[in-house]
Amino acid sequence: MKAAVQPRPEPAPDAPPPSGLAVFWANLKDVPHRLRETAFRGGAPKTDRTRSSFIFGNVFLHLHSVRTHRWTLKWSATAGLGIATTAAFFITLVTGVLLMFYYKPYPEAAYDSIKDIHFVVPTGRFMRNLHRWAGNIMVVTALLHMARVFYTAGYRKPREFNWLVGMGLLVLTLALAFTGYLLPWDQLAYWAITIGANIAQSPREITDALQITEKFDPGGMQRLLLLGSDTVGAEALIRFYLLHVMILPLALAMLMGVHFWRVRKDGGITRPADADQRLGPPPRGTLPVFTQRPAKTYDIAAIVRGRTPAVNNGPENTVPSMPHLFYAELGVLMITTLICLIFAIVSDAPLKELANPMVPENPAKAPWYFLGLQELVAFSAFMGGIGIPTIVLMGLGLIPYLDREEAGTGDWFGGPGGPLLAWRSFLFGFGAAVLVEAFVIRFGWLRNWFPQIHQLIITAVNPGTVITLIYALYSIWLVRRYNSTRAGALGLFTCFLCGFVVLTVVGTYFRGPNWDFYWFPSDWPKH
Amino acid sequence: MTTVPGEQRSRLDPQPVSRRDVLGLVSLWSMLSAFAFALGGMLRLPKAAVLQSPSKKFRVSLPETLKPGEAFVPAGRSVAIYRDDGGVYAISTVCTHLGCIVKPVETGFQCPCHGSRFAADGQVVQGPAPRALPWLEVKQAGGVWVVDEEKAVDAGTKVNA
Repeated sequence: MKAAVQPRPEPAPDAPPPSGLAVFWANLKDVPHRLRETAFRGGAPKTDRTRSSFIFGNVFLHLHSVRTHRWTLKWSATAGLGIATTAAFFITLVTGVLLMFYYKPYPEAAYDSIKDIHFVVPTGRFMRNLHRWAGNIMVVTALLHMARVFYTAGYRKPREFNWLVGMGLLVLTLALAFTGYLLPWDQLAYWAITIGANIAQSPREITDALQITEKFDPGGMQRLLLLGSDTVGAEALIRFYLLHVMILPLALAMLMGVHFWRVRKDGGITRPADADQRLGPPPRGTLPVFTQRPAKTYDIAAIVRGRTPAVNNGPENTVPSMPHLFYAELGVLMITTLICLIFAIVSDAPLKELANPMVPENPAKAPWYFLGLQELVAFSAFMGGIGIPTIVLMGLGLIPYLDREEAGTGDWFGGPGGPLLAWRSFLFGFGAAVLVEAFVIRFGWLRNWFPQIHQLIITAVNPGTVITLIYALYSIWLVRRYNSTRAGALGLFTCFLCGFVVLTVVGTYFRGPNWDFYWFPSDWPKH
Repeated sequence: MTTVPGEQRSRLDPQPVSRRDVLGLVSLWSMLSAFAFALGGMLRLPKAAVLQSPSKKFRVSLPETLKPGEAFVPAGRSVAIYRDDGGVYAISTVCTHLGCIVKPVETGFQCPCHGSRFAADGQVVQGPAPRALPWLEVKQAGGVWVVDEEKAVDAGTKVNA
């Protein structure tokens, strides 16, 4: 604290100059104070100006704007999901680096080192559990964050491009989760990667059917690049390790930087046009908007894009980011850490037997967030693993460029149709997915009825593509019915969320040995 | 642009490219193509030229008691070998769908991962597998059988002792 330090007494005018040793001694005593002063220039954040310089004078904080709109700080505006995802990423980063002290990326040695981490290394099991749970939570919060941005129409102008950056982050998050899955080199890992690598190879389903694989084989090339070999072995493990600890985290960190920077440059979090009227006067305890005349540096640092010109007055309805935004962010960080800690204490990360390339697990299940995809690849490898995910990603990426409406921005389920349409779409999407799944489970599909059918027909017409088509038609109908692209997008996004959940639940709970349908795991046949 | 200056030119027409700009653009694009070329060279590295994988060709002697229709799976190989009156034949047990190892059962083969089922001759009966299980080349050499997992033969090819 600056005020606590006594100012140095002024020397008397006619006194002899202090000896060099005395100056040295005084300076030495002053070092702690000077150290703090030079490290944190500007002093304690107590005025508008020092609160601002606290942020833009700090390399780690200066991605934030110095003032934050009050709407942004409402829990209902963001639910803190973006920060929770970031927090989970930091937890995986720290625990992941710790795990690297003992992990050896070589087949069998990898399995033994994970066993060591789990059973011998001090706090090893806890760190491994934390790493695994933080990774899982990162996937969940990233998906929820995406849903939040979609339902509040936060992807609209000027945030279109940031929506694409966010999609890139989602893909990288899933890729990180998947590459981490192989590293223990147990049965679960080995067969998940075998399946994953063969999904990369699945364009062969098309090239084989057209009989051009020998000349043109993108699938084989993808698999070769992923595995570095024609089997899942040492080469594949070192590649996945490199991706998991180096390439993907670096790419993710870079994109995160871009994502945050653009949030700031695009004027902060989406808010309705009439947010100021709806917010009303600030509650007691909020730091006043301005305690003093804005200083010059502050004016420049607070400039972000917005729709209301602020001439001759400060940005309305903003509060200093320090403390209001930072305390909220720290709160979300603590909650996320707490949830990870609780999960890490109550649930151990699994480790099955050592990988055995001769005997697959039965059933061999991917991590839960890919079980929806596994359900789809059980209909067609190419369509489920590459075709439909590509269609979904392209659809998501197009949303901000097709929906250029303005009604409802910043409101949950805003736009034509509103919450009622979201409910209807939920029922429709849920019902359609359940019905198609039930039909397939009860009656089978084309191959059961026409054993000689051509593979291309199954690739094109399978339960996965049928569900996708139903959703697409529903969405087109909504665009016509409500005369609004937003309504169509709202329906489609809700449907795909429902489809994802239904397929994931079916894959997780209702698929047993040989991927047959069972109501309960207790019904599974014994060997 | 061959527009006459000052006459029919609209201000919206693009300015003619000057000589200096041409040189600048040429050097810019040559730099970009050099980068693209370098990137291609860097991407060449991860594509392995030599694949470290064990030999796919192996010798096996079949047990005397092997009955027709009963599968013999050599340890460490994903191949089912059969012997009947027609001769000896081998069928790959790597699922053509996503590479799981199928299990020989009475009716043929079953895949544990995504539920593909195959008939005894490898034909797809059910499930997502796009192709039949391939039959593999079998040869006799000095009293033992040599199976090559990399060489597929026509379905129904049996070799007599």
